[in-house]
Amino acid sequence: MASLVTKKSVLLARLVKNVGDCTKRLSSHFIYYPDNEKPVEGETTKMNMMQAINNAMDLTLKNDPTAVLFGEDVAFGGVFRCALGLQEKYGKDRVFNTPLCEQGIAGFGIGLATAGATAIAEIQFADYIFPAFDQIINEAAKVRYRSGGQFDCGALTIRTPCSAVGHGGLYHSQSPEAFFAHVPGLRVVVPRGPITAKGLLLSCIREKDPCVFLEPKILYRSAAEEVPVEDYTIPLGKAQVLREGDAATLIGWGTQVHVLLEVAQIAEEKLGVKCDVIDLQSILPWDEDTVCNSVKKTGRCLIAHEAPLTSGFGAELAATIQEECFLHLEAPISRVTGWDAPFPHVFEPFYLPDKWRCYQSLTEMLNY
Amino acid sequence: MSKIIPSVAKLLAGNTVTKVGAPVATTSSAKYSTKSEASFEIKPYKLHKLEKGPATTATLTSEDALKLYEQLAILRRIETASGNLYREKIIRGFCHLYSGQEAVAVGMRAAMRDVDTVITAYRCHGWTYLMGASVLGVLSELTGRRTGVSRGKGGSMHLYAKNFYGGNGIVGAQVPLGAGIGFAHKYKGDGGVNFALYGDGAANQGQLYEAYNMAKLWDLPCVFVCENNGYGMGTSMERSSASTDYYSRGDYIPGIWVDGMDVLATREATKFCIDWCTSGKGPLVMEMETYRYSGHSMSDPGTSYRTRDEIQEVRQTRDPITSYKDKILSNELATPDQLKEIDAKVRQEVDDATKQAKVEPEIGVEELAGDIYVDCVDPVIRGVIPSAPLQHISVAQRN
Ligand SMILES: Cc1ncc(C[n+]2csc(CCOP(=O)(O)OP(=O)(O)O)c2C)c(N)n1
Ligand SMILES: [Mg+2]
Repeated sequence: MASLVTKKSVLLARLVKNVGDCTKRLSSHFIYYPDNEKPVEGETTKMNMMQAINNAMDLTLKNDPTAVLFGEDVAFGGVFRCALGLQEKYGKDRVFNTPLCEQGIAGFGIGLATAGATAIAEIQFADYIFPAFDQIINEAAKVRYRSGGQFDCGALTIRTPCSAVGHGGLYHSQSPEAFFAHVPGLRVVVPRGPITAKGLLLSCIREKDPCVFLEPKILYRSAAEEVPVEDYTIPLGKAQVLREGDAATLIGWGTQVHVLLEVAQIAEEKLGVKCDVIDLQSILPWDEDTVCNSVKKTGRCLIAHEAPLTSGFGAELAATIQEECFLHLEAPISRVTGWDAPFPHVFEPFYLPDKWRCYQSLTEMLNY
Repeated sequence: MSKIIPSVAKLLAGNTVTKVGAPVATTSSAKYSTKSEASFEIKPYKLHKLEKGPATTATLTSEDALKLYEQLAILRRIETASGNLYREKIIRGFCHLYSGQEAVAVGMRAAMRDVDTVITAYRCHGWTYLMGASVLGVLSELTGRRTGVSRGKGGSMHLYAKNFYGGNGIVGAQVPLGAGIGFAHKYKGDGGVNFALYGDGAANQGQLYEAYNMAKLWDLPCVFVCENNGYGMGTSMERSSASTDYYSRGDYIPGIWVDGMDVLATREATKFCIDWCTSGKGPLVMEMETYRYSGHSMSDPGTSYRTRDEIQEVRQTRDPITSYKDKILSNELATPDQLKEIDAKVRQEVDDATKQAKVEPEIGVEELAGDIYVDCVDPVIRGVIPSAPLQHISVAQRN
């Protein structure tokens, strides 16, 4: 017991030191890896993720006369300005403010979509989606099923900014994907940057099931790349392999993908090993084939997410992977995540599964 | 309390617009001022389902005049300091200033008794101070330091003090809690009243109406206070609310509209509310019309959805501190020197606390896993590195 305690405190000390060294308080905890491959040929423009989302909604409003966009302060663009200029372009009856009432916004969107409109609802922060939880879980997800397929609200997409931003504290930092991933009937999607945000959002808007689209807010401005200007979609339910190797499979989504890309790079430089890095993109339903084929190849798997460990979406992945890949596994599946604690105001750097914590777990897994 | 109300109730001016009344001169007893007391007319209240409203004349002693002035000044100063600390990047995250709205909190606090309780949203720095926290406790919570009222773990929106059930980050969520706290007052029979504050934007959250209904159904000693500052973030009240008569939106709950820029009006109205609730008549809705000078939070310049002229106009004609200052000076309840003295004292106190809030240490990382549960069944908190869990600890003293 005593030795266990000392081991823990040494680790903790190292952890604290690492954090001190590499994430000076409140500076961003990752390096952005832009996408180099374009999903379609043709003209591109440099866009950050906010502009790419704006562009996807612009195309939707232009081409789909039933499309409407609403949410708190959306008329002047919303707090992150994703809807900037759209009211001027498409009018007040198509792009409008709602009062401050998330449950009402979700329910209104469900009704609107069920009646045939393409409804894009913005919830100002993912942390504020919980007043709307009942509508999303008990209404949106179940309309099709409980009406025997007569009604659906598939034309509803709920967009909301999520995850750590550097200084968000308790109510501007949470990553609630696992809550929604527990609900058959919903689709849950998280982009990792401008190109995927545009393509995945357009897919969600057109998908005939209700979608929760979680936008890692730290990427709105910090992530920029050359985005195709034309209309394109990226398939839902499919993961992307961003880097290939045979030593281990690293799985993440949203901001965490960039942390894992750096971890893979460090592992290659320091250890001479190559890893598969997978962006899950779709949390529900998720791409079992891509994930399991990779783990069968590498025999080792690390899953990282910002949300707490217990009942995080990593748990679902780990359970399925051990079932499907049991005889291929060379080490226990490792999860590197946020702590099982509320998201603290002063401890953000300690809370996040940053590259050093992921790297440490990876080396332990490689040496298992 | 009930003694005050009937005596002033007969002074009710109904709907006639009244001008600031002439001072009632009495003998001087305070140190420098020339009068010990004066009375003031209050801008008429608007009433919903009430036959009689709060007193329309307020008596102010010179002693109280100085005390209110000091509180108004210190609240303003705390916010100025917070704004500066934010600009220096010492306060990070979210920070919502109360400047312009001081008369609401200060007047209410002046009427409240020790047994009464308050819960509000995130614009909570001033309230925390008025409920007994030190300036350092407030500012060092904002800077995330150990001396902060929540040990730096909450930050700007999550301040607490005795009988102050906190700042709350989820818009509207505090209001049903207020009904619960009101029920506790009633159940315990402690005679206390709960004041649950929310904004004009929050007034459109469904849970308010659930709280209203419970409060009236069980006649709880609970006052729902809508601080109407005209905007919820960038949306003006006309664009967010089908009815902007917030004082009447409790429907079956009587309501009062109050000039929230006049500290005497908010004080008298609050006295009335306490009297009403403690005599078992159930809840009230009180709308305080006020104004916020800053943007919604520090990241909002606050000028894209309203004009600079509008802000200037309020500052010049309705500022809760300037107008009050003029009033007490012209009625000779205080001298300019006395107020200057207070200003200097306030400046010193806030400056000292500001300096201190920059150098206090942060809590240790072991508190990341502190106070998640009262007693954690599994003493370790998992996450990040499964092989190195944190120990769950109890930081707060338990009684
Ligand atoms: C449930 C929820 N939705 C949205 C927000 C984001 N938000 C914070 S304050 C605010 C505006 C509130 O306006 P109002 O109630 O008038 O209060 P004021 O800021 O004017 O004091 C909004 C939309 C939130 N904190 N919680
Ligand atoms: Mg407001």
